[in-house]
Amino acid sequence: MIEEIMTATIKGLSDKGSGMILRRVPAQGRWFRRFAPVYLLASVSLAYFFIFKYIPIWNAQIAFRDFQALEGVWKSPWTGLANFREFVSSYYFTELLRNTVFYSIGKMLFSIPAAIFLALAIYECRILVLRKSVQTLAYLPHFLSWVIMYAILLSLLSPSNGVVNDVIKLLGGQPVSFMTDTNAFPWIVILSDTWKEMGWSAIIFLAALMGIDPTLFEAAMVEGASAWQRVRFITLPSISPVIVIVFLLRIGTILDAGFNQIFMLYSLPVYSVADIIDTWIYRQGILEFRFGLATAVGLFKGVFGMILLLISNRLIKKRTGSGLY
Amino acid sequence: MAGTVRLSKSDKGFYLFINISLVCTLCILIIPIWSTITLSFRPNDFIGTALEGMFLPPWQWSTAAYRSLLGHRSFLLSAVNSFKIFFEGVAAALFLTVPLAYLLSVKNLPGRGFLYIFVIIPYLFNPGLVPNYLLVTRLGLVDKLAAVFLPGAVSVYNTLIMKSFFESLPEDLKESARIDGASELAILIKIILPLSKPILMTIGLYYGVHFWNDFFNAMLYINSSKLQPLPILLRNILIASGMNEYVEASAFGEAPIQAIKAASVFLAAIPMLVAYPFIQKYFVKGTMLGSMKG
Repeated sequence: MIEEIMTATIKGLSDKGSGMILRRVPAQGRWFRRFAPVYLLASVSLAYFFIFKYIPIWNAQIAFRDFQALEGVWKSPWTGLANFREFVSSYYFTELLRNTVFYSIGKMLFSIPAAIFLALAIYECRILVLRKSVQTLAYLPHFLSWVIMYAILLSLLSPSNGVVNDVIKLLGGQPVSFMTDTNAFPWIVILSDTWKEMGWSAIIFLAALMGIDPTLFEAAMVEGASAWQRVRFITLPSISPVIVIVFLLRIGTILDAGFNQIFMLYSLPVYSVADIIDTWIYRQGILEFRFGLATAVGLFKGVFGMILLLISNRLIKKRTGSGLY
Repeated sequence: MAGTVRLSKSDKGFYLFINISLVCTLCILIIPIWSTITLSFRPNDFIGTALEGMFLPPWQWSTAAYRSLLGHRSFLLSAVNSFKIFFEGVAAALFLTVPLAYLLSVKNLPGRGFLYIFVIIPYLFNPGLVPNYLLVTRLGLVDKLAAVFLPGAVSVYNTLIMKSFFESLPEDLKESARIDGASELAILIKIILPLSKPILMTIGLYYGVHFWNDFFNAMLYINSSKLQPLPILLRNILIASGMNEYVEASAFGEAPIQAIKAASVFLAAIPMLVAYPFIQKYFVKGTMLGSMKG
């Protein structure tokens, strides 16, 4: 369909344009006529960018100030690095950093292998109904919000009427209050994220699998390779560049441990193992009005996040010749 | 894959393993959803464990939770707010993203390098929550639905995906129109957009799902209960441990509170579930495109 439109358009255009190629308009006027309208349209987006992306960067200077709501950003007194010092010297500094990195890496180590395995299984499966139904269901949770995920988790894990605890009781165990248990909570975060995102992350691996040259498999068949050997020596090596890239991309966002998820799932009893940089910023900044301190932590995260992004992009560029941007 | 040749013993084992894993995956995916759905239909007089509730035959299900939610003003009001945020948000997001993505895709655009840096810097550096919060409150967007979608109305990532789609369209197509003296805007509207339906759908839905699901911006900027979107209402219903007036009022003797919670969540997910077939069709295409382009 798209091809038809394209060929039709190309044909129409070349018919119309054939007589005009030689006519030249003065360069200056032509440029203006050519670019002014689209720049005008895009100026709304550029203004948007300026307001919604650059003014916050300007506002970030309150990290170095003692922010007074009445004085505004510009007139609040400077305090130098006081906010940063308070954060770095406090006991929660290491705790937040540890939790944040722990959840990022934990999710990465669970969900990427799960996604690779799922993609492989879908690719190899020869029962169409099974393959299609797994694909359809596996992508779905990606579109559910964490509010909805929370309700789903409650129906499973609630100590009084959760399905999992019913099974535990049936097997003669004691019900566990998973959501408020400091040992269970990290697992819930990592596994629920894996459940939600596994299918979605599998898409990129499936795309890579579809791109493998089928003659490789034919040759392997002729040589008498078993299905296991095909996976081991053809399939996995073929998609390994994509696996590396996906890992590298995740490294760029290691300080984003998933605010929405933690915020929905955590509660006071598990703060020590659940609190990540973002949830802490929210509580300090919005709930306790400690704007300067919260901004300083946000700035700290922003700068390190940028460095990580630059590194991961550099590494990806090195491997593939083109980066994200 | 090569056609069905006779399978050796180890190959049979391989496919058995694959099929069993997929069946297990299917169960892992279905069980949590099923337990939530059955919970939402749990009748008030049900005595038994949640596990038994999962196997309650459908003719014993009760729709009381759904009836009481759908008969409740604040639930309907929230749904209306969420739909408004969805449609206004998607319209705003596409209106802002498309021209920018197109500008970035024009190879010999004057000022392209500068433009690119202008767009990339906010992608690389995120100043964090408080500076954004200060901006939105200062703009007077508090208690306006726009506060939910405007701060995220342009995602640099989506812009770059759209840009690479535009770049992937055949260059001759644009070139011949340029030789005709068409302006870039005319090319965008007459040539590029008609060819861009899949990417517009994909990116539009990306934004839409994001706005529909967002509770954080709504939590930050919407104080009025008349303006709260569904995720906020859901969250209020969910974290209430039974003493919440809302839950009590709506549940009054008709359905267990757990059922109300599950039903509210399920109702909020319905638009996503209805849109899902389309989403799947376009998303998967668009995402693959995005990932392959890198």
